[in-house]
Amino acid sequence: MTTYDIHISAAPLDVAQCIAGVMSPQSGGIDIFVGTVRDSTKGRKVLRLEFEAYEAMALSEMQKIAGSAAAQWPLHAMLIHHRTGALQVGDIAVIIAVSAAHRDAAFRACRYAIDTLKQTVPIWKKEVFEDGEIWVAAHP
Amino acid sequence: MTLNIFAFGIAREIMGGAAIGISLPEGSTVEQLISVLKGQFPALSGLTSFAIAVNGKYANIDDHISPGDEVAIIPPVSGG
Repeated sequence: MTTYDIHISAAPLDVAQCIAGVMSPQSGGIDIFVGTVRDSTKGRKVLRLEFEAYEAMALSEMQKIAGSAAAQWPLHAMLIHHRTGALQVGDIAVIIAVSAAHRDAAFRACRYAIDTLKQTVPIWKKEVFEDGEIWVAAHP
Repeated sequence: MTLNIFAFGIAREIMGGAAIGISLPEGSTVEQLISVLKGQFPALSGLTSFAIAVNGKYANIDDHISPGDEVAIIPPVSGG
């Protein structure tokens, strides 16, 4: 049985807490992805990112990802935490943590979760530059 | 029927609010809603794409919308 921890928060995310949250005596490996705010995009200096979520649907899409990952690989726990609000360079926007008996399942599930989150979960980020701002991916 | 449609991200900015009232004939499909929205807010056509969610789930183009449904415009997502 896989346990899930799916969360959206305006408060800072905590890597150590997320690792502890998926740890179990049965697990031989924990894989973690931490998405952080980069200081530039295509040579333009980023001042901050502003995240907004359609929260109820985002939580349900995140839960779907976790369930789908657990159906594909033998996982003990999967955690997906996403931040909202204004984030500064270096702040953590998302944490995925996965535990499994063996590393292959943990690596694959972690990669699947972040890749799918970026395609399906209704969360948006605006990049704010010194000289303008854009909603990421909005325009071709 | 008048639907209260939620808009997020760039769609919220294009439509000028987080919730917009849209009038549609009873029994309209998602496709008809998209057509009305593009007519009222031409800038939506300039987006890479956008989806419609009904009651918290991605809707298909031929799904019907009922009064009281929670409808949202989902512009290209960019979480993570």
